[in-house]
Amino acid sequence: MAGNNSAREDLHVIGKPHRKVDATSKCTGQTKYADDVVFPRMLHAKLLRSTVPHARIVRIDTSKAEKYPGVKAVLTGKDLPVAYGAMPVSEDEHALAIDKVRMIGEPVVAVAAVDEDVATEALDLIEVEYDLLPTISSIESALEHPEPRVHDHGEFGNIHRRQVYEFGDVEAGFAEADFVREDLTFYEGSTHLPLEEHASVALFSHDGKLTLYSSTQDLHYLHKALVKVLGLPASHIHVIATPVGGGFGGKCDPFPHEMVVSKFAMITGRPVKICLTREEVFYCHRGRHPALMSTKTGFKKDGSITALHHRSFLDGGAYGGLGVATAFYTGTFQTTTYPIPRYRVEAVRVFTNKAPAGPKRGNGAPQPRFAQEVQMDKIAEQLGLDPIEMRMRHLMSPNTYAANWIRIGTIALGTCIDKVVEGSRWKERFRKLPYGKGLGFACSGYMTGAQTPIYWNNLPHSAVQLKIDRGGGVAVFCGSSEIGQGSNSILAYIVAEVLGIDPFDIRVVTGDTDLTPVDLGSYSSRVTLMTGNAAIQAAERAKELLSQAVAEKLEVPAERLRFVDRRVFDFENPEKGVSFIDAVWLAEAKFGTLGTVGSYKPPATRGKFKGSGIGPSPAYSYTAMVAEADVNPETGIVTVPRIWVAHDIGQSINPVLVIGQVEGSIYMGLGETLMEEMAYRGNRNVVQKAPSFLEYKSLTTLEMCDIVTYLVGDADSNGPFGAKEAGQGPQLPVPPAVANAIYDAVGVRIDEVPITPDKVLKAIRAKAKGQEGRYGPTKFPHCEMPAPIFVPTPFEGGDGKPLERNPAPAQKRADKQAGVPVARV
Amino acid sequence: MLRLPKFRYLQPKSLDEATRMMADAGPEAMYVAGGTDLYPNMKRRQQTPKVVIGLAQLDALRTLQGEPAEGMVLGAGLTLTAVCMDQRVQQSYPAVANAAELISTPLLRNMGSIGGNLLLDTRCNYYDQNYDWRKSIHFCMKKDGEICWVAPSSPRCWAVQSSDCAPVMVAIGAKVKLVSSSGERMLDAAELYNDDGMRHLNKRPEELLTEIHLPPVNGWRATYWKLRRRGSFDFPVLGVASCLKLAGDGTVEAAKIILGGVGSHPIEVVAAQKAILGKKLTRETIQQAAAVAYPAAKPLDNTDHAMAWRKDMARYYVAGTLAELAGLPPGGLPPEGPLVGISSPNGKT
Repeated sequence: MAGNNSAREDLHVIGKPHRKVDATSKCTGQTKYADDVVFPRMLHAKLLRSTVPHARIVRIDTSKAEKYPGVKAVLTGKDLPVAYGAMPVSEDEHALAIDKVRMIGEPVVAVAAVDEDVATEALDLIEVEYDLLPTISSIESALEHPEPRVHDHGEFGNIHRRQVYEFGDVEAGFAEADFVREDLTFYEGSTHLPLEEHASVALFSHDGKLTLYSSTQDLHYLHKALVKVLGLPASHIHVIATPVGGGFGGKCDPFPHEMVVSKFAMITGRPVKICLTREEVFYCHRGRHPALMSTKTGFKKDGSITALHHRSFLDGGAYGGLGVATAFYTGTFQTTTYPIPRYRVEAVRVFTNKAPAGPKRGNGAPQPRFAQEVQMDKIAEQLGLDPIEMRMRHLMSPNTYAANWIRIGTIALGTCIDKVVEGSRWKERFRKLPYGKGLGFACSGYMTGAQTPIYWNNLPHSAVQLKIDRGGGVAVFCGSSEIGQGSNSILAYIVAEVLGIDPFDIRVVTGDTDLTPVDLGSYSSRVTLMTGNAAIQAAERAKELLSQAVAEKLEVPAERLRFVDRRVFDFENPEKGVSFIDAVWLAEAKFGTLGTVGSYKPPATRGKFKGSGIGPSPAYSYTAMVAEADVNPETGIVTVPRIWVAHDIGQSINPVLVIGQVEGSIYMGLGETLMEEMAYRGNRNVVQKAPSFLEYKSLTTLEMCDIVTYLVGDADSNGPFGAKEAGQGPQLPVPPAVANAIYDAVGVRIDEVPITPDKVLKAIRAKAKGQEGRYGPTKFPHCEMPAPIFVPTPFEGGDGKPLERNPAPAQKRADKQAGVPVARV
Repeated sequence: MLRLPKFRYLQPKSLDEATRMMADAGPEAMYVAGGTDLYPNMKRRQQTPKVVIGLAQLDALRTLQGEPAEGMVLGAGLTLTAVCMDQRVQQSYPAVANAAELISTPLLRNMGSIGGNLLLDTRCNYYDQNYDWRKSIHFCMKKDGEICWVAPSSPRCWAVQSSDCAPVMVAIGAKVKLVSSSGERMLDAAELYNDDGMRHLNKRPEELLTEIHLPPVNGWRATYWKLRRRGSFDFPVLGVASCLKLAGDGTVEAAKIILGGVGSHPIEVVAAQKAILGKKLTRETIQQAAAVAYPAAKPLDNTDHAMAWRKDMARYYVAGTLAELAGLPPGGLPPEGPLVGISSPNGKT
């Protein structure tokens, strides 16, 4: 670690490399994951999954399975008929298929039996007759074949969603440019690959209350979905998020197995468990959307951008899930790094007969960032500029609005860039390394928590309750879900800092809808900022109570008291003080039982158009990255020996955990860059090519690069102690930095990830034959788009509201081509 | 995770007892050594023995005998770790040690045996899938189905020979001993394999591979290059084993070039061998051999990596093994090859 993000002297816990509060129990195997939860008389559930990709269900016969010895209950779609989905706009899922299946692996029948073997054997006795339908296996086939429709909802044909926004007059922006270039890129789908398979255990009590233990990132949204599907009041459903053994976005959606074990528990009155197999985790998916993108940018000779028009086609798979949010996020963060005065963004999400795509780490942002940063490298090349110097001339300023009405607060991207330039010796080495070796640069910005919840409400996004007992024990209650990122530890560090005690004095209770106040969950890089601010508020309120009591006892003004090292003392006379425990006694005697609450809701946004809630965030993190690539020109094999990364974290709550998140992000990003591929065989019933840990290729430690991490930044006033996010942003620059390094190494452009050796070799050979040294998409499909939601930009006097444009844009462009002058709106 | 089906497990105390148990149990039985191949296959219901005869207790299968000058005998039950860590093997048969070390991960090498690796079931990503997945494509001819999905018009199965040790044993001319209740026989390693993804072994189901006889070390040298996605864990999608005997002046007196992972059996590339026999190894002769070698590779779209690229790589890998044995720098397509004159955009070459 280096940079100016060192620990502040006035802080005693924050900024220091404390152990995680749950590290010991994880390292010693004591942590109880969902599959470790065991109850007497527990049944085991198994799901019969569709073996066809698209079909009407003609008949299901479960009679033999029901009679099989040891089977206690069987469920089909009609037993759980209520549709649900992670987003209110696309509630198109059922726990078990009703009438129709839309992908291989879709759950159709569930069996609960005395053990897993019996349940598995019973599945073989179930007969399902299907009436097969033609399949939709790609973006292109979804566009070409409006029939059969995968879903009856959506816009038309197999198009789930179309979104078009225009911020400022983009055509006018292109007209002002010295050059305009359009590049096509493709970003393949990939999956999360958590080590822990999804697992759940449900219990139903005699008084009609359900308890569900589940490996979930978002217990609050799961709770809501259970209420909807099971028809029980929310107060009768108790969801416990067990420690998650890897989420990365893959455990955000409510899942069929969670509904099924709950229903089984209700029917049988016995505890019911399910633990998915690895193949089933691949069917749950919700991973990266394959994205085919067109990026058209107008720019001046100095590299400044006059307009950007970004278009994405997204392969959403068989269900909506959180895909509408993903579609928005393909257009939100391009404006965070460089001033883009006029911006048009279009996204089309299609349905296909594949496992549903969803919110993998970076949700919708890695794909367009790849397109954008590779194009920036090409623009610099075209202008004869150093790609870093060109970017440095045109960085976003702090405390400004972008064209799409997101507000940038702190931005230390320039400092980030300085760090990686220096660390990688960029100036001495870029374009100067021997053939086969190269350096590439990319940068990015990412949100620290979504400004808007997934369903509309005006309640806090996060809340913390604090209980202090007379033994000096402090318990922190929060509905957040620990997925390995350290969210439990963050709560302990922050409360310890405020109350002047040791983080290990604190008991953290999280992820329990009965015991903890609502937190919206582990997604959108929101947890540290939002739970942290709620924890600060609760702890400050507790501190206030203790201060009053101690001030009275010591007869010093409360504002002179400091809380450090388990003592409360007069900072002007430090030996005058009491122990923390004594302070608690004094306060409890004065106020009664001690408990406080804190909550947090992000500041309002100025955008007032439909969809303006997606993209704004209390703070944006920034990352700059230099990747080094070695390319064997005879094989096309690319290795990445080292990455230099600088991350604008604002203020680290714990620098070791931040570095862990940065390294984890790079690991995941490098896997997507070099090999990960959620591949299907479209001509073979749209089966997944390799739903296994062995054949779905991701990096092992041997392929992982060395990483030099610099943490930089100035405290952001919206973050707890100034902290911004680290869990997702650092992934974004990895694919473009590596692609740009490959260009530096061998002079070919790979406009597609994963960058596999066959693609690199094809491009190298094409270039040797005098053809274009490039591998990537060459065609961009057409889709009729609606008129954009047109919003004047903040710098053109907009007020955040959309404008009706007249004439319609298509007409206007036609007028322009005909030479007819058109009045500016 | 997937669970094992029910089966009977027998644990013989001697080789005789093992072969008797096999004779008694008949075709429903299979031997298991380390289980790193069989058990996952059983979980996926690719192989469904009702009786499994465990060889773990048979010390007789884990001996290492003989001297390199006369040839060594590896017990088929030696773990891959034991083979690749043995100093005599490392020094005298480095290609064997290297191939064994390139298999999978340390954990699996600690369990998996050298014999098991030589008998490894052929692999195919239409076949190495669980039961439900295979049901989704109505199975394939190798198990429960009718056709070969990677070549639907083909009458045969194209599952891929995926052992790292097999091409090496064929290249160096090792022999294997097969034992059953009706007797024993020795086979050249090359004769052990068939060009057929389903009936890939010339071994009757009841025969037990007990010994691998490595030839005397008398001047030949061999090497093995493996292509896979990742530096651990993965099966080969191409393996090249080359074995040469050079005269004092460097003239090639004997040559074996074997391709693995690009067909259903280890493929001997006779044309490439001819291209260097009686010649000295130079970049030019190596390239001539590589150029006639790679058409013999018949990769299909049933493993990791793009098949055309795998075929391409056979050329590079054959050249690589020969260059290594000749003491030339590795790699190197022909000077007149397609890469000549490439320069980077900045004039780097």
